Amino acid sequence: MMKYESQRVAMPYFVFALILFAGQIVFGLILGLQYVVGDFLFPEIPFNVARMVHTNLLIVWLLFGFMGATYYLVPEEAQTELHSPLLAWILFWVFAAAGTLTILGYLFVDYATLADVTMNKLLPTMGREFLEQPTITKIGIAVVVVAFLYNIGMTALKGRKTVVNIVLMTGLVGLAVLWLFSFYNPSNLTQDKYFWWFVVHLWVEGVWELIMGAILAYVLIKLTGVDREVIEKWLYVIIAMALITGIIGTGHHFFWIGPPEYWLWLGSVFSALEPLPFFMMVIFAFNMINRRRRNHPNKAAMLWAMGTTVMAFLGAGVWGFLHTLAPVNWYTHGTQVTAAHGHMAFYGAYVMIVLTIISYAMPIMRGRPYGNSNTAQIVEMWGFWLMTISMVFITLFLTGAGILQVWLQRMPESGDALSFMAGQDQLAVFYWMRFVAGTFFMAGLVIYLGSFFIKGAAAPAEEVRGPATEDA
Amino acid sequence: MAERFTKSMARNIYLGGSVFFVLLFLALTFDTQVRAMPERDNRDQLTEEVVRGKHLWEENNCVGCHSIMGEGAYFAPELANVFDRRGGGNTEVFKSYMRAWMSSQPTGIPGRRQMPDFNLTQREIDDLAAFLEWTSKIDDNGWPPNIEG
Repeated sequence: MMKYESQRVAMPYFVFALILFAGQIVFGLILGLQYVVGDFLFPEIPFNVARMVHTNLLIVWLLFGFMGATYYLVPEEAQTELHSPLLAWILFWVFAAAGTLTILGYLFVDYATLADVTMNKLLPTMGREFLEQPTITKIGIAVVVVAFLYNIGMTALKGRKTVVNIVLMTGLVGLAVLWLFSFYNPSNLTQDKYFWWFVVHLWVEGVWELIMGAILAYVLIKLTGVDREVIEKWLYVIIAMALITGIIGTGHHFFWIGPPEYWLWLGSVFSALEPLPFFMMVIFAFNMINRRRRNHPNKAAMLWAMGTTVMAFLGAGVWGFLHTLAPVNWYTHGTQVTAAHGHMAFYGAYVMIVLTIISYAMPIMRGRPYGNSNTAQIVEMWGFWLMTISMVFITLFLTGAGILQVWLQRMPESGDALSFMAGQDQLAVFYWMRFVAGTFFMAGLVIYLGSFFIKGAAAPAEEVRGPATEDA
Repeated sequence: MAERFTKSMARNIYLGGSVFFVLLFLALTFDTQVRAMPERDNRDQLTEEVVRGKHLWEENNCVGCHSIMGEGAYFAPELANVFDRRGGGNTEVFKSYMRAWMSSQPTGIPGRRQMPDFNLTQREIDDLAAFLEWTSKIDDNGWPPNIEG
């Protein structure tokens, strides 16, 4: 059972996150098809609109997932009820309504008209990658996040101050502070781009790693029963590596957008070290599981916890490293290689960590303290494997497309190189295979979602391997 | 990890490391923005026309299909060097190219990628052209590798 009744407010956040996840994948399939059938759904849903919906849904559902995770784990870590469950519910509806309206605006209003009616002229922030939201939505996100931090902060302050809570709070405060750069949009494109990365890079290769690390540490404490002193020490080392490498690692985005040449060196060296924290997460998770003091009956949650570290290391670490050195990035910058890395990194690190905490917490909130029934877990694990393997193939096909694109369009001299569109025609076979892998991902998602509708709870039998320091 | 390596040592590495690198990053940002960029981004050419062009670029979500200096979507051609690729580095040639291009979209060729008609006025197209011309002159360490972007 949940230790604190107010943890239950995490449930609507998780449910809504999963609904938006499904929407994101539908639009991913539309985009994948548009890559090969160029006029698919044109002019009703042009590529740029579908892409905006795909990426913005991802960002919003991950934020819902982070918030749900926070509402679930902070009260338990602090050993006190949430400061205000009512505020959490109000914020849920405000954020859900704002997010839904924004997506509907993208789909049903012409973007220039949307900019006009939301008075973008007063404070122009729209039309930049991932920050396409109308300014009013951006303000709404800021307000929701500040009120959320107040609610969580009051909860954490009045209770036990664990390292998990401190690190999670630090990550969330960082997320809020860096969001403010989304309101800074100078007329000088190079300055615009430089500070745009303060949101985008310093989120996903900075403070979000703190959030991921904290959620992972919490789940591992619960699933393995390993002494939290050990887990907290690992957590500190991991986030230390994340920030030591990732902050100056921002420089790998400054190679070709105007900043001076010293960033070629700084960005290459520091971002080459960025796989380290992800590698340590793999070692951490597998080590803790080997040293587990109990066999938790929620096998599915354990699988997600291991899976997220491995896939984050591959997607963010290995695929990031592949093209992060300046002499390589000179050729690969802005090709399908970037798209390949983006897909596996987001899935491995952030999609999977949210699905990890959902897999652990949802059964408990639904009155199944030891996890879902065996059948439900098996179905969920089928979803895990189908989605994960499909994402591996999506990444491999996009990588193939990217390498061929570099070969045809980037490597030859001017005059011999294929034009962008002529090159794209040559990549069609990779794009088709990526689309097929995408349909398998969708099938995996349907199976995963289906697992929530299978009734029954896991048996309470728990083989105790040694004295557990905390209850699950 | 060896027992000698304590949690408080780990915490100190985290706190010390992150404070140090945040400060270093701020110092580098100051150097980049204040000392280096004015000589690299040809800001003296940043006319009102260019600024209007940037707003048009944003309000029509051009980056949702195109990339600019390699950033954006990868569905349509790179545009930071389109001034050189299609205008041959000549302002008037590029403006007439842009007018012809914008008025011929979408092509409607079955199965091909389509660029929407954004209903821009002649003046707006000129503003957009000015923005792309200005962008092409930023010192970006010589990227892209060739004219195709």
